[in-house]
Amino acid sequence: MYKYSDFDEAFVRTRAAQFRGQVERRISGALTEDEFRPLRLMNGLYLQLHAYMLRVAIPYGTLSSAQMRQLALIADRWDKGYGHFTTRQNIQYNWPKLPDVPDMIDALADVQMHAIQTSGNTIRNVTADHFAGAAADEIEDPRPIAELIRQWSTDHPEFQFLPRKFKIGVTGSPNDRAVVKAHDIGLRTVRGGSGQVGYEVIVGGGLGRTPMIGQVIRPFVRKEDLLPYLEAIVSVYNLWGRRDNKYKARIKITVFENGMEAFRDAVEERYRAIRPEFTGIDQVLLKEIEAAFAPPAFRNTPEDSFEAARASDPVFRAWTDTNLAAHRAPGYAIVTVSLKAHGATPGDATSAQMRLLADLAETYGHGELRISHEQNVVLPHVHKSDLAVLHAALKTEGLATANIGLVSDIIACPGMDYCALATARSIPVAQEIASHFKALGLEEEIGQLKIKISGCINACGHHHVGHIGILGLDRAGVENYQITLGGDATEKAEIGDKVGPGFAYDQVVPAIERLLRAYLDIRADRSESFIDTFRRLGPEPFKAALYPAEAERDAA
Amino acid sequence: MARAFTPKVVTANALLEGDVIYLTADDRWTRDHHEAELIEDEAHAQLRLLKAEAQRLTVVGAYLADARPGPNGPEPVHFREVFRTRGPSNYAHGKQETSHV
Repeated sequence: MYKYSDFDEAFVRTRAAQFRGQVERRISGALTEDEFRPLRLMNGLYLQLHAYMLRVAIPYGTLSSAQMRQLALIADRWDKGYGHFTTRQNIQYNWPKLPDVPDMIDALADVQMHAIQTSGNTIRNVTADHFAGAAADEIEDPRPIAELIRQWSTDHPEFQFLPRKFKIGVTGSPNDRAVVKAHDIGLRTVRGGSGQVGYEVIVGGGLGRTPMIGQVIRPFVRKEDLLPYLEAIVSVYNLWGRRDNKYKARIKITVFENGMEAFRDAVEERYRAIRPEFTGIDQVLLKEIEAAFAPPAFRNTPEDSFEAARASDPVFRAWTDTNLAAHRAPGYAIVTVSLKAHGATPGDATSAQMRLLADLAETYGHGELRISHEQNVVLPHVHKSDLAVLHAALKTEGLATANIGLVSDIIACPGMDYCALATARSIPVAQEIASHFKALGLEEEIGQLKIKISGCINACGHHHVGHIGILGLDRAGVENYQITLGGDATEKAEIGDKVGPGFAYDQVVPAIERLLRAYLDIRADRSESFIDTFRRLGPEPFKAALYPAEAERDAA
Repeated sequence: MARAFTPKVVTANALLEGDVIYLTADDRWTRDHHEAELIEDEAHAQLRLLKAEAQRLTVVGAYLADARPGPNGPEPVHFREVFRTRGPSNYAHGKQETSHV
């Protein structure tokens, strides 16, 4: 894993010290809230509905065991003993007190972590495939380039006051697990004609109020040209992006309003102008970073015990059926640990759970953990012969839920239980859906399904790209939930369509049940997933299930 | 005809803890909605808001929220304000905690 250089260390410590001074001046009254607000946001500190919230970056979703333990310590010492993992590979603490935040930031710096640029109109935490460096389908580990982008974008003097926030996501595999087409810039690792690794650059994706799937601005950018090319894109956006209306300020609108052709021409022109300034030092750095991400020493031992355990323990077998993914090394598996126990808050982990995960990663997983945008924890490198004992250990902290990719593996933003921007709650909707389908015993029968819930139009819960998306709104002072169908977050990215009027809070679970019972009735066979049935038959049968009264009237 | 004024309370977050607070008629900040001053006059509401906003060392983000009289004092009208009186629905945190400040 990447270790901070002396420069990184000094930079993060300096920022921590500056922020300590800023907090002191706010408390003494030397700074007004208007003066302090942009400073605290630059350091990831929000004021939410009931308390402050500190958002900490987990660059490209990668954590060491030591870092995970420190996150647990911070949760215990300065928060309420838990943390919330988000859809952008961050962790949020929901209850910090302002005078304690500088100590929390220092504690983060002790393990090479920070909260810089997790808010504000800057380039945010760079996200990546959570299976990076392990996935069997990977062309190249996307984390070294993500780290290089992190270094380039952190405190980049030109990009501290962009028209709006800016999100970059990277995938190293053709199967996109990083939702790159819904980012301001998405990078897909590809092989060029000569077999050389480079990037397909996608721009102008984004969810929120105006959801758009990103478009390819350049099908192939060589590795050594990537930083200047990114700099050219952000530079044109910085000039062209609208500052008159925050709802029209994201790059997706800039590209849409100017047209891709004009935008691309401007980027290419800017690129030609700045390319000579990149003399290759970034590539020297990249080589060092790549060395830091060298794969661990995988062991070559028999995996017979794995099959034996599967045969003898149906609970273990069920878990291995849902929570494992193919690893590139023989005998290894990628383990996704669900933070979606039925009825639990999606993405929340207690400090005890974090410590257990840190220990297990150390003992069985080469000391590495990942946080997925789907709000689960990944142990990327576990030998199959260790899985049974790992599973037994996970059970002790309620971490052995076998539901990855199923109806209860729901993405949900914090919603109005925490967020000051939210228009409705999302967490309890997720909790109730998960508990309800477990009680019905239908989860396994329903199979692969992505439900994603946002508590406002900003779409932190990615509802637009859920097979079933749920959007909580405030309709005349009452919570109301819109359902969209047919979204897709993968390389086949698709924005879901709204199918009809919204549902009251207590009508959401029954509506989802009608929808899924209809799916079970009309699917071709068990192997046809919800989204495949939807693609085959279109929205009509699902619409009829959601709105039975209307369907009856239409039929009459 | 001017629209009838909906009664208001002045609410904000406490600077140090971020907790939800309300302005009382005797110029204190309370953490209990029922103790807030229910303001029935628009001009008075603006004055009270100005007073709240001036307390930069105590409060952040003061605003006027709709409220109505209840048996134990003012009650929130909008569901967002109802949530602010107690805390999140997934854990008994915030004002639902017995040890809450």
